Amino acid sequence: MSQSIVIKGATVVNRESQQVADVKIENGFVVEVAKNLKGDLQLDASGCIVSSGFVDLHAHLREPGKEEAETIETGSRAGALGGYTALVAMPNTDPPQDSVAVIDFVREQGKRAGLVDVVPSGCITLGRQGESLAPMAELSLAGVTLFTDDGNGVQDAALMRRALEYARGLGVTLAQHCEVAELTKGAVMNECSCCTDLGLPGWPAIAEELMVFRDIELVRITGASMHFLHLSTKRSVELVRAAKRDGLPITAEVTPHHLSLTQELLASYDSVYKVNPPLRSAEDIRALKDGLRDGTIDAIATDHAPHPRRDKEMSLDLAPPGMLGLETALGVVLAEGMCEIRDVVALMSWNPAKIARIGSTHGLDVAAGANANLCVFDPELTWSVDPDRLASKSTNTPYAGKTLRGRVRHTIFKGTATVIDGQAQK
Amino acid sequence: MKHLRSIDELGLDGLTGLLQLTDHMAEINQRPVPKVPALRGRTVASLFFEDSTRTRLSFETAAKRLSADTMTFNVSTSSVNKGESLRDTVATITDMGVDAFVVRHKSVGIPWQISQWTTASIINAGDGAHQHPTQALVDCYTIREATHAQSFAGMKIAIVGDIKHSRVARSNIQAFSLLGAKVTLVAPPTLLPPDVSHWPVTVAHKLDEVIGQTDVLYMLRLQSERMAQGHVPTLREYSEQYGLTHKRVLALKSDAIVMHPGPMNRGVEMQIDPSDVKNSLIHRQVANGVSVRMAVLFELLGSGSNLGGQA
Amino acid sequence: MSKSASINSSREAMTAADVSRAIVRIAHEIVERNHGVEGLAIVGLQRGGVWIAEAITEQINKIETSVAVPVGALDVSLHRDDIGLRPVSLGAISNIPFDLSGATVVLVDDVLYTGRTVRAAMEGLNNYGRPRAVQLAVLVDRGHRELPIRPDFVGKNLPTHNKDEVSATAAGVFVAPHSEVGK
Repeated sequence: MSQSIVIKGATVVNRESQQVADVKIENGFVVEVAKNLKGDLQLDASGCIVSSGFVDLHAHLREPGKEEAETIETGSRAGALGGYTALVAMPNTDPPQDSVAVIDFVREQGKRAGLVDVVPSGCITLGRQGESLAPMAELSLAGVTLFTDDGNGVQDAALMRRALEYARGLGVTLAQHCEVAELTKGAVMNECSCCTDLGLPGWPAIAEELMVFRDIELVRITGASMHFLHLSTKRSVELVRAAKRDGLPITAEVTPHHLSLTQELLASYDSVYKVNPPLRSAEDIRALKDGLRDGTIDAIATDHAPHPRRDKEMSLDLAPPGMLGLETALGVVLAEGMCEIRDVVALMSWNPAKIARIGSTHGLDVAAGANANLCVFDPELTWSVDPDRLASKSTNTPYAGKTLRGRVRHTIFKGTATVIDGQAQK
Repeated sequence: MKHLRSIDELGLDGLTGLLQLTDHMAEINQRPVPKVPALRGRTVASLFFEDSTRTRLSFETAAKRLSADTMTFNVSTSSVNKGESLRDTVATITDMGVDAFVVRHKSVGIPWQISQWTTASIINAGDGAHQHPTQALVDCYTIREATHAQSFAGMKIAIVGDIKHSRVARSNIQAFSLLGAKVTLVAPPTLLPPDVSHWPVTVAHKLDEVIGQTDVLYMLRLQSERMAQGHVPTLREYSEQYGLTHKRVLALKSDAIVMHPGPMNRGVEMQIDPSDVKNSLIHRQVANGVSVRMAVLFELLGSGSNLGGQA
Repeated sequence: MSKSASINSSREAMTAADVSRAIVRIAHEIVERNHGVEGLAIVGLQRGGVWIAEAITEQINKIETSVAVPVGALDVSLHRDDIGLRPVSLGAISNIPFDLSGATVVLVDDVLYTGRTVRAAMEGLNNYGRPRAVQLAVLVDRGHRELPIRPDFVGKNLPTHNKDEVSATAAGVFVAPHSEVGK
């Protein structure tokens, strides 16, 4: 901890400036950004970008309850390797994160692993059952700032309205997994010509859009803050764009897989491509990318969803939905080449840090005095994904064997290097 | 040809080849002793996760007539439904020395998944609502037998009923179209898949508008669950609108053919007894089942097309 | 076509006239051996034996006009013992539209070689009934038997090298020697 670290020769990307400089870190903080700095540990970063560490608004760490798929420790390690210094842990654990005991447990496990800031989110409803509100005030006193029933959307409009009103009083943000469950019974993939050929029930786009529309209107009358998780359709982007034009307190995220993979992949019968919301069409991808570029979508979030291999080996209708994402997010985003590096940093670090309300310690400009939560990445390095060599306990990545562009070289968390030259340090 | 999993994978050449091969098998079945030693020493295993006595027996009879040995695994739906157990089951059976699996499962894609876990040939006897290629072969062969037509060019075939949930429909639409027929789907919008614009079919919602011009009337079974799921208001209404009634039989062309893959829901899609329908070929569909399946088994296991060019 | 056995050229082992005379002789021999045509049935093996079987039957029916001797065709592809060892293509469909039980069946083929085709044919015949007796007529016996099969009626005995190719049609019987460089 007393060891000083110097990141040498990277391009420092901040909100208002970019320059090639060394970054010196001591006692958990950035102390100097200038050329030719010296320190105890020199980390070569030539050709790399250094920015604030990435913040994932959406990671399923599976602990407590499904430790065979992932633990907070293995998920944190995967995050660190992906350049993340903070992860918002989704609450669909077992028991769910709807009580202070579980929230504290998750946070403690994160601290014990010491690789990223694990920020537990809370449930909106008790047990995520969608019937009655979870004790949001109590949870917010325990430090929770983001609430969601993710895994499911809150189906009851009246209950959602109450939740938003209550949230407004607490100054916390609700995040919605938009899916009208009645329309997606048994659904396995996007409702499209491919699912017609396969004879599988489809997940129609309106199942997402109806809830996006509903919640935008509920925000309009309640004034609470809402964050839309994993948007996936063109119309969802249009709805959010219009809502933002009206000045509503709405933010939105998109996953790397929804920016790069289409529904046709399901024709391989491989459940690794099964995810909620499902992979959509090329047209939806174009609209999502437009949304990223014009600010409609604020953040890229992974929806990292590990599942044990034997679960994903099941047939399409039986396999659980979900894909890994933490270690491949940067590589996928840069390979898609849809925006500048600065925008990538905004989408993966600055904006999510603000939405998660951890902007005092994460997503800061790399400058003297800032908390040393940093990511150093090579934006040009191409690499091939080997699922067995990922740090996650599970292997369900849809990018197995694919070549991505951009890889994290070093990650600094609270002034300590958690990743050096692509290797986790603990 | 290593597997028979879907009609589109089979292709037109594969389809016509199997139909021609079926003629040979049909002749064998006419012999006083309908048995040839062609697949002696080969083992065919039936993995039926969905109940179907008729199809399973048809395959087993076909195997036996070719002198193959058979194994039947009547898997209860409760135990071996999970992916892991299925994989183990397939690996274990393969180790016992199996040359082909005949698989029926309610999940789409199982035949393709199983192909990754075994070197044996896979025959799809039905995967969810996706494909049932041997049924399509039986149906094509039955039409060909009745009309003596090698190509179905110009033939008008109407498929009536629950297209959305029907693997028989999906396989037949592909097979009939490959052979050149004009296929019309007749169903209420709720029983059609969401988007069929890329299928080589026309769509009609009123059976009476189509029945007088059709050469082949192919009736699908409507399961009674569809009413509970809201696809049709009542079975009676469905039967009135889309069932084969006495009046509709009279509206058929004199040489039109009536077919049904079985089993029939009497009083629903069939209001009359098929034996009262002059041109019903339903009994031929059943009769041809064994010959068609013999052709498939021989093609995959005996014809040598898997040998990869060895002399 | 030269009659000398030079490398790479076919030699004519039987002319068209030789073939047709052999068929007539075989027809007479069949009738003689069986003391008439009672219970006789001729079955040609697909494909090479069918035309010969039909020709023989036509001759027999000219010799003995009292009873019409039936002729059928048998595809033995599905009875072969090498299924799975090499690609199998099916010949035309078998057509034996009469009952063989108790009949004296004369199998007819063009060239008798290893004997395996005839063995397969005898097995195939069993599907149609139990003949009283089975006899074998071939246009050419080229030797190299691998099974204990012997013909009852032969057009011509033709010693060959086992790599030669023999073809038999109404136009004649030709032997194409397999050339072996450096033998």
